[in-house]
Amino acid sequence: MADMERINTPVETAIAEHFAGAKAVLPGDAGARETAFARFAEAGLPHRRVEEWKYTDLRSVMREAAPLAPALADDDAVAALEASPWFAGIEAARIAIANGHVVASASDFADLPEGVSLETTAQALASGHPDLAALGAIPEASENIAYALNSAFMSDGVVIRVAAGTKVETPLHLRFVITGDSAVATATRTLVIVEKGASVTLLESHDSADDVAHQPNNVVEIVAEDETEIAHFRIDGHGSGAQALSTLTAHLGAHVAFDTLNMIARPGLVRHQVFMTFAGEHSKGGVRGATMLGERQHADTTLFVNHVAPHCESRELFKTALDGNATGVFQGRIAVAKEAQKTDGQMMSAAVLLSDGATMNNKPELEIFADDVLCAHGATCGELDDDLLFYLMARGIPRPEAEALLIESFLGETVEEAVDETDEAMREALMGVARTWLAARG
Amino acid sequence: MLEIKNLVVEIEGNRILNGLDLTINNGEIAAIMGPNGSGKSTLSYVIAGKDEYEVLDGEIILDGQNVLEMDPAERAVAGVFLAFQYPLEIPGVATMTFLKAALNAQRKARGEAELTTPDFIKRVNEAAQKLAIPKEMLKRALNVGFSGGEKKRMEILQMALLEPRFCILDETDSGLDIDALRIAAEGVNALRSPDRSFLVITHYQRLLNYIVPDSVHVMAGGKIVKSGGKELALELEANGYADYKAQEAA
Repeated sequence: MADMERINTPVETAIAEHFAGAKAVLPGDAGARETAFARFAEAGLPHRRVEEWKYTDLRSVMREAAPLAPALADDDAVAALEASPWFAGIEAARIAIANGHVVASASDFADLPEGVSLETTAQALASGHPDLAALGAIPEASENIAYALNSAFMSDGVVIRVAAGTKVETPLHLRFVITGDSAVATATRTLVIVEKGASVTLLESHDSADDVAHQPNNVVEIVAEDETEIAHFRIDGHGSGAQALSTLTAHLGAHVAFDTLNMIARPGLVRHQVFMTFAGEHSKGGVRGATMLGERQHADTTLFVNHVAPHCESRELFKTALDGNATGVFQGRIAVAKEAQKTDGQMMSAAVLLSDGATMNNKPELEIFADDVLCAHGATCGELDDDLLFYLMARGIPRPEAEALLIESFLGETVEEAVDETDEAMREALMGVARTWLAARG
Repeated sequence: MLEIKNLVVEIEGNRILNGLDLTINNGEIAAIMGPNGSGKSTLSYVIAGKDEYEVLDGEIILDGQNVLEMDPAERAVAGVFLAFQYPLEIPGVATMTFLKAALNAQRKARGEAELTTPDFIKRVNEAAQKLAIPKEMLKRALNVGFSGGEKKRMEILQMALLEPRFCILDETDSGLDIDALRIAAEGVNALRSPDRSFLVITHYQRLLNYIVPDSVHVMAGGKIVKSGGKELALELEANGYADYKAQEAA
């Protein structure tokens, strides 16, 4: 059976045709792209019989393969970027990426914080930038099909280096938008290397028009050298038609403090993957997320947290609110290698179902080979607490508002944990996503 | 003001209230006393509108409106306030956010303008001061980490801010030491008015030394079995509920 050739679906055939057309014009080493594409060609689009894609069957939901988007005219790109509301209240150095291509005129490249150097991924690929050697630091990510497709098609993005010892005060804001009436695919690759002792806050926001089946595939790779402090706040505001794949990798050295928080609201289909590897001792990593879904929306968050080095601490907290006929997926795998003694890993996924038609799939997994660790996981799924609702309503708060208060507080725990308590503006920027969603829910 | 007629209530097939009649006039403080399981807390929940109770018969009329047709929020707007025996903790909802939502929801429902933030804060601070509620408490999540006494004072604070027509105090004395009891009672007494009535539910006569009732009703077997003046409370304190339990059993 192993020798039998797999028969491509029409969508897989279309992707292969897109690749054949694109590989000659995409920047960088065509051979590397072909190697990555071969991985996809061999496996095909993931489907429900592939364990890690069990709940997100791309083969059945991807009915078309959109063509890779060309760069937009500058005016169109700027207009789309101006319409994107996320993190509006946060002063940041902007890095604008529209339809998968960097828009220099809408970015603050001339005014980057001290110690931050940046090049576009397109330039880096074309010139064979040495930093690109840091890509693919986590092998499990490289084997992933969404990542492999991104490696085959990646067209732009940014390569950022934060110089050793630099405390970057102004956050760097990666602003992604996709615009246009006909569906396009994008493949961006961003690499952030944070040198020893540096600290930085990364904001990442995504927007695409509703009702258009755009197919973004974004990869952000973070390499955290020893003694770094990195906060990453992400807002996934893709429109209700989008089929969005995203991958975050975080390779942590020793004595690192890394936190990522992802807010997902109203997507068509989202698969967000996080690969975090503890390669050095005494590091702390927090991976959190709040997901808000309605209608027939689908969001899948899949984590692989790999404790290779001892004495590290990982915290994962995911909250999902589901309305309508939405489907939520949380897959969280924590692996603790034999050498990773004294690992402290705590993972929790909680979902609240706001309708009879909503579905939540929780799949936590622990693989522990060390014998002196503290690891726990939990998953809950339920309705809003009737007693709490009654208490709020007994004070005159109408049911929709009472529900909104409870949902906001339920989701808000992720933000409370991830954001410094003095950073009111950041908390508001993130909770604003929840409030907007709740207001639209009515 | 409030008239309850022949109220029959079941929960999961068990009859809890069995043809209860009670009338409370404008400005009256009525106390209900009775043994455990006589249906006192059920009565308070049914008036406030908790939906797990099935009302099989009867009416609850507040100012001419049948509150049984309203949801809990509408009843609150109509003037019903229940001070909970066990106030709930709501992690993640800041006390001030909750108070403002409640106050403005009621004002909005009555067609009144929402309070401005400074005006709101001033009102809360004044009311909190009278109840010896420290500002730190107002900054925390609602009732989270509050002691029993603090939770009860927070209920009275809400009552003071919402200015209801009809207040139910469900065993407000339970879990309170004597100082906390006095503060809570003073808070209630400050709200006494010819336009406001109270239903005070308690096991013990002690609370009624501080909140002196106009009428006392004994509840047993899901109905009022005896009514009288404040002296009835003293009589119960002396003799216990044995007579009424026997009556119920018979």
